Amino acid sequence: MAEFAVELRDVSKRFPGPSGEIVNAVREVTLQIKDGEFFSMLGPSGCGKTTSLRMIAGFELPTSGEVYIHGKPMGQTPPYQRPVNTVFQNYALFPHMTIGENVGFGLEMKGVPKAQRTARVQQALAMVRLPGYEARRSRQMSGGQQQRVALARALVNHPEVLLLDEPLGALDFKLRKEMQLELKRLQREVGITFVYVTHDQEEALTMSDRIAVMSGGRVLQVGPAFEIYERPNCRFVADFIGESNFLDATVQDVQGPTATVTLTGGLTVYANTDLSLTRGQAVTVAVRPEKVGLRPYEGAQNAFPGRVEEIVYIGTDTHYSVMLNGDQRLRVREQNEDPYSRPLANPGDAVTVYFDQAAARVLTE
Amino acid sequence: MTKRRSPWLRLTALLIYGFLYAPILVLIIFAFNASRTNIIFKGVIAEQGPYRLEQDVVQSAPCGPFHWFCQLPNNRELVNAARNTLVIAFTSTLAATIIGTMAALALQRYHFPLKTFSEVSLYIPIVIPEIVMGISVLTLFSAVFSYLNTALPAASRLSLGLGTVIVSHIAFSVPFVALVVRARLHGFDRSVEEAAMDLGANEWITFWRVTLPLIAPGVLSGALLAFTLSLDDFIITFFTTGPGATTLPIYVYGLLRRITTPELNALSTLWILIVFTALSVSQLLQRRSA
Ligand SMILES: Nc1ncnc2c1ncn2[C@@H]1O[C@H](COP(=O)(O)OP(=O)(O)OP(=O)(O)O)[C@@H](O)[C@H]1O
Ligand SMILES: [Mg+2]
Repeated sequence: MAEFAVELRDVSKRFPGPSGEIVNAVREVTLQIKDGEFFSMLGPSGCGKTTSLRMIAGFELPTSGEVYIHGKPMGQTPPYQRPVNTVFQNYALFPHMTIGENVGFGLEMKGVPKAQRTARVQQALAMVRLPGYEARRSRQMSGGQQQRVALARALVNHPEVLLLDEPLGALDFKLRKEMQLELKRLQREVGITFVYVTHDQEEALTMSDRIAVMSGGRVLQVGPAFEIYERPNCRFVADFIGESNFLDATVQDVQGPTATVTLTGGLTVYANTDLSLTRGQAVTVAVRPEKVGLRPYEGAQNAFPGRVEEIVYIGTDTHYSVMLNGDQRLRVREQNEDPYSRPLANPGDAVTVYFDQAAARVLTE
Repeated sequence: MTKRRSPWLRLTALLIYGFLYAPILVLIIFAFNASRTNIIFKGVIAEQGPYRLEQDVVQSAPCGPFHWFCQLPNNRELVNAARNTLVIAFTSTLAATIIGTMAALALQRYHFPLKTFSEVSLYIPIVIPEIVMGISVLTLFSAVFSYLNTALPAASRLSLGLGTVIVSHIAFSVPFVALVVRARLHGFDRSVEEAAMDLGANEWITFWRVTLPLIAPGVLSGALLAFTLSLDDFIITFFTTGPGATTLPIYVYGLLRRITTPELNALSTLWILIVFTALSVSQLLQRRSA
C-alpha cells in the first residue's frame, strides 16, 4: 500500500464563470495526506475547499493535475468507483427512505446480503449512538441526529478515506462542540483517514493531526496545529489563524535565528526567523497579542514605551490597544487574573510593552 | 381571533361556483331523464322492470334510473370510440411523460447551446391556438406521407389514423408534463444524487432509486394532466384522425348534429367523473409533495 491515503499533485480546477470569465477555484494544489490521519482543509469562504474535496470524491474532475488515492491515479474514475465516502454539509439523506435504508444503501450497492446488511446497519447506528432508529425517517430527526446518520451511512462502508465538508456547519455551538469530540473519537476508533473541510479555525485546531490553510485556491501552509499557529509562514496564515499584530520593518542584521529589524517608526525589534534575509529588506514582523505583556518580566528582549489608546474587556481577557512611541499600534492581550478584573492600565496611561524575541516572527509574504 | 370576512365575498364565490358548475349539474340531472328526446326534463325513470316506452317517455327499464348508462355498452360505435380514446390517452400519456420528464431534467441541469431557445420552443404548444397546432400537424403529416408513400408499396401506404392522433397528442402533452415536472424539480437538491453515487450507485441506479422516487409526484401529476388533456382533445384530433380512429369527442360532436338523447348525458357524466378523479389525484399529489 502506498504511503499516502490521498495525494493531490499540481491539481487545478477552473470553472466557467457566470459572465464568461474563468474562475480559478483551485490553483496548483499539491497535498499529501497520510494514512489514518485527521487532515483538515481550513480557509475562508470561496477559497476552494469544497472544490478540492469534490475532486477527491470524483464529483468534479481536475482541469489539470492528478488525484491519487492510495497511490492509484483517479483520472476519470466516477464517484461510485472510488474507495471514499462523503459526509455532506447538508447531510443529503434520502428523504424517501428510512434511516435503516439510508445507512444500508452503500452496502446494498456493493451486493452485501440482506441479513448481513441489517447487522452492519445496526452496528453502525450504535456506533453513532443512534441504536434502534432504523425505522425512522430523516425528517423526524434533529439536525444533530441527521448528522450522525450521515456519518453512519458513510462509515458503514469502511471507506479508505472519509471526506467531510463542513459537517458541523448547521449545528448550534453546544452541539458542535459535542460532535467535534464525537468525530474525533470515531476517527480514532475506526482508524480511517478523515479529510475534513471547515472554515472554523478552532474546529480545525482542536481536531486535526494536520491542517492545510487555503486562500484564493492555493494551499499556503500545511502542518500540525502547533506549527501553523506558532510558526505561520505568511501574513495570511498568521492573520487567519488566531490574531496577530503586523509591524512593518526593515532588516538590520541577521545572526543565526535572530533578526534585528527596525520598525518604520525607528524602534529596534529582535525577532526570530528561519528565512534567509538580506540587510535592508522590507519585512513584516508578526506578534501575537497574547504574547505581549504590560507586566515587566526578566529577559524580555523587546520593551517599548507607549500610550494606551483603548481597552476592551472580553471576560477572560482584556485587550489593550497601545500606540508605541515609534508610531506603530500594538494590540496587547492580558488575562484578567485580578479577582476584580481591574485593568492593568487605562486609556491615556503611559505603559511599557514587553515581548520575547521568540514571540516576534519575521514574514516576507 | 378569526378574521371577519365580508358576506359579499362569500356571495361572489358562490355565484362563481354556481356559474361554473350549474351546466354540469344540469347535464348530470338530464342523464337520468325519462324523456327519450331529452328536450324537457320528464322526471327520472322511476320503475325497474321490462323496458316500456310511452310517447317517447320511458316508463320502466331493467336498470331503472340508470337506464341510459346501461344502454352505453350496446352502442358499438360508441364503445369503439371509447376504446380508441383510451388507447390514444394511455399511449400518448406514457410517451409524453417519458419525453417531458427527460426534457425537464435536461433543462434543469445542463447548460447547452441554444438552451433558452429550446426552452421557449418547448412551451410554444401551450400558448399557440390549438387550431393552429392542428393545422400544422396535419400539414406535416400530409407532407411526410405524400413524400414517403411514393416510395412505399401500395399495401403499406401511410395514412391518418390512430397513429397520427397519438403522435400529435404526444406533441401537445409534452410541454405540460415538462412544465409540471420542472416545477417539482425547482429546488431539487442534487446532493442526494451525489450521495447515492458516492455510496456506489451508478447514474442509472441513482436515477431509479433516488431521482425518480423524489420527483415521482411531479411526474405522476404531469402524466394525469396529459391523460385528461388527451381524453378531452377535440380540435387537434379532428385534424389528425382518420377512418376507424374516431374518438369520443369526435363521436359526440357527430351525434350533436343529429339528435341528443340522455345516453349522451350519461356518457358525459362518466367522462366528467374520470377527468375529475384524475385531476383531483393530480392536485393531491402536487399538494402532498410541496
Ligand atoms: N460549479 C461551479 N461553477 C462555477 N464556479 C464555481 C463552481 N463551484 C465553485 N465555484 C467557485 O469556485 C470558488 C471556490 O469554491 P468552493 O465551493 O470550493 O469554496 P469553499 O472554500 O468551499 O467555500 P465555502 O466555505 O463558502 O463553502 C468560488 O469562487 C466559487 O464561486
Ligand atoms: Mg464549501
